[in-house]
Order: sequence, then structure tokens, then C-alpha cells
Amino acid sequence: MSDRMQIDDPVLWPYWEGAQRRALLVQRCQACGHHQHYPRPFCLECDADTLEWVETKGHGTVHSVTTVHVQLLPELKPPYQVALIDLDEGPRLVTGIDGTPCAIGDRVTVTWREREGLPPLPNFTKAAP
Amino acid sequence: MPAPLYITGVAETALGEVPHENELSMVAKATREALAEAGLKRRDIDGLFVNYMGEEGSVQVAEYLGIQPRFSDSSDLGGAAFEAQVHHAIAAIQAGFCEVALIAYASRQRSRRARSLSGGAPAMGVPIMHQLEVPYGLPSPIGRYALIAARHMHQYGTTRAQLAEIAVAARLWAQKNPKAWSRDPLTIEDCLNARPISEPLHRNDICLVTDGGGACIVTTAERARDAAKKPIRILGAAESHTHWHISQMKDLTISAAAKSGPEAFAMAGITPADVDILQPYDSFTITVLLALEDLGFCKKGEGGAFIESGVLRPGGKLPSMTSGGGLSYNHPGALGLMLLIEAVRQLRGEAGERQVPNAKIGVAHGVGGLLSTAGTVILARE
Ligand SMILES: [Zn+2]
Repeated sequence: MSDRMQIDDPVLWPYWEGAQRRALLVQRCQACGHHQHYPRPFCLECDADTLEWVETKGHGTVHSVTTVHVQLLPELKPPYQVALIDLDEGPRLVTGIDGTPCAIGDRVTVTWREREGLPPLPNFTKAAP
Repeated sequence: MPAPLYITGVAETALGEVPHENELSMVAKATREALAEAGLKRRDIDGLFVNYMGEEGSVQVAEYLGIQPRFSDSSDLGGAAFEAQVHHAIAAIQAGFCEVALIAYASRQRSRRARSLSGGAPAMGVPIMHQLEVPYGLPSPIGRYALIAARHMHQYGTTRAQLAEIAVAARLWAQKNPKAWSRDPLTIEDCLNARPISEPLHRNDICLVTDGGGACIVTTAERARDAAKKPIRILGAAESHTHWHISQMKDLTISAAAKSGPEAFAMAGITPADVDILQPYDSFTITVLLALEDLGFCKKGEGGAFIESGVLRPGGKLPSMTSGGGLSYNHPGALGLMLLIEAVRQLRGEAGERQVPNAKIGVAHGVGGLLSTAGTVILARE
């Protein structure tokens, strides 16, 4: 609850509550099965408003990736990678790459980056072959 | 378009580093110059279109200019706002809501050191981006453009050298423009060896950070009769946008120009083959590459091969970024208005050493946000 209060967006609380227990959640439409992220009050595919939060398997494929050479955040020492990942369930999300640098097409698995005073942040790391 | 409309006056503000002005005084001076070209008076302005001029920007600018518009627009489509506002001005004038539209902008982002890559503090609105993107250290906006460039390179085999050709073409034009900020020689090699910022984009793939801005008057054929300079006809205009968060862009290689381009060309009744000069938004080299493909100057995925032979350079078959563009001439945070100004000057035949001979049809194509927005304006000398 204390972390909840630091995030000024009630619609995303379920996402961050999932992160708290290291589960990567996205919305799933009960009418058509479409997964979407970030959350909305209705399904972007079929307009149904019967959406549930479901846990993803945490697997995905790198859709694009950039290596950043400037320091923007104290906790991120360049160079580091930021990627767009296509989750196996469908949604695409921005994430950080931990460990071995990745290339487009690489398979990746979710990992969690601890944060001071905030829920852990989902990152991805190259999947074991 | 039912009744023809014209751009009858354009002016730049002071450019580069502007230490002794503020944004409102810059806009006011450019407006006076544009009005002089248009043969109109300040109080003739009854439609006002601005972006990035602060909270309720058109309200602030109108007060400063001492005018009371009956049509007012501060819509924020980022750097493409000004092309979109030509589109809005057409709608407003055709509907009879105003007759003399002023589109104006100024920024002192260089002098104020206002540019930060971090994405800044959450502004008004719901900060989804600050929860889901900012914590990953994705530079704003360049990191998004980098992801787009990387995907285009992966999907179509586009190379860094092909992107560099865009920066080199811009520089060759800038060397012909005494007002351009960067005029030193630049080679493809220089670009390839430049410092990486957010790969695959390196230092020379990125626009300047300067002060600047301008003013532009859009009006009817009747009001254009008093113009001191040759009025330039607006043949077509259109706008669109695709996403805000980069994760929501449906296809990283297809920009909003794929909608605004065909719509503007259809309104104009011409095709890309008819275009003599192109002013594409060159915030980043990749921005230009996508515009060339999405506007239909070449096929999707073939942008790299299309530009390789130097078509964008002085003497090329598609002279582009003829001022030197945002990469080498001036990039005051939002470039869209500068593109309209340069297109008008080329079509009037007053571009000096960089004049493209016999330029009759020009396109100004604005892009804004995180490669989110597009505004396409097609202009012609009658
Ligand atoms: Zn659905």
C-alpha cells in the first residue's frame, strides 16, 4: 500500500502491485482474448469493457533496441540498452536490457530491477539458448 | 479546395543565439516583417495560430500583439503544428471564421539551455510515460528515433552511411545559406566517426539546438492582392498522428506521413513526381528517410538506396532541406514554421545562392513529438 500511494495513477496500480510480487501483468479482453498494455477501460480490438489483469509468461522477442551513451539517470551508467520487446502474449513495451547486450530478434526473459521506494521495474535479459 | 488561399508573408525571427529578446518580442518583430510582405496591417489579423508560446499561447501572443482574434488555435502537434495549422487555417478561412491568419512561433531554447534528454519532470496530464518509459533511461526524444532507425536498418538493410548522406546534403545546402548555424565541411566519414548518442544515431544524425522562430500569413486571394511580394498558393494540406508512447506506434517504419502525404497530394491534385523542392523535417536523419518513403518519393524500405546517389543535395533531382535544415541551418525546438518559410522563399525565387532554378512546386513536411505527428503542406508559384 505504501508503494501504491507513491504512484499517482490508480489505473496502473494493478500493474505495479504485480511488479511488487515480480509478476508482469497486462490486460486481457475476456470477450476476444486480446492482450493490451498499457491498460485502458476497453479493448482496443473489439471495444468490450470486460478486461482482466493476467500474468504474462515473461517471455518476448526484441523488436528494436538502442544503446545509450549518455547518462540520464544516476542509477544507469552508460552504455546501456533500452529495447522494445514484443511479449509472447502480444503487447509491445519499452524495457531495459540487463546483462549481455541484445540484438533485434533475440529471445528475452523478464528480470526485475530493484528500486528505492518504488516497485521493482521489469527489465529483460537474453534468454538461455 | 473551393477558393484558393495564399501565403502572402513570411519572416524569420533572429536566429542562432538571441540574448537580447524574449520569445514574444521575437514573434512580434517577425510578424511585422511578414505583414509588410503581405501588405496588411496588424489589426487585419483575425485568426491566430501558435504553438509552444506558453500556457494558452495564442492568448498570450494576441495580447502582446495588441489584437483580438476571432479564431484562435494553440494546438500542440509538436514540430508539425505549423503545417497542421496551415491545414486548420484553410478550414477556418473557408468556413468564414477568419480571413487573415497569422501562424507564429519563437523559442530561445539555446539561450535558456532548455533542452534535456531525460524527458523532464511530469507535466500536466496522466504521466503514463513517467511510469513506463522514463525509468529505463530512454533519451527523449532521440531514443525513440533511435529505436525507429534500428528497426528500419534491420528490416530494410538501411545503413548508417545512407543516413549520413542526409546530414551531408543538409550541410552542403547550409554552406549556401549565410544564416545557417553550421557551415563547416562535413563528410560521410565524419558522420560515421562521430560520437554515438543513442545507437544507431550518432552526433551528426541529430539536429541543432538554436534560438529562432518566425511568422507566416495565410489569407484569401482578395486579401493577397495587396501583397508586396509574390503570393504563394496553398495547393493542399493535411495532418495526422500515430502514437505518443513509442510502444504504441503500430509499425516503427511507417510514420503519420503515410496518411498526411497522400491526403495533401490528393487535395493538390499532383503527385510526388511533380515536386521541385522538398522541405522535410530533419530533426534526425531517420525523420527524413521515413518522410521520403511515406510521402511517396520512393517505395517503403527503399529510402536508403534512393538518397545514396545524392538526390537531396544541391543539383540533385529532389533538392531537400535547402536552407540547411534543422541539421545545419537552425532548429529552434520546433522546425515546422522554418520549413514553410524556406519553401515560400524558394518558390518566390528569392533564396539567393541556394535558389533552386525554376522551383514551382514545393512541399513543407512537419514532424513532431516522438515521430508521432505529421503535417504536409503543398505550395505552388502560380
Ligand atoms: Zn476484445
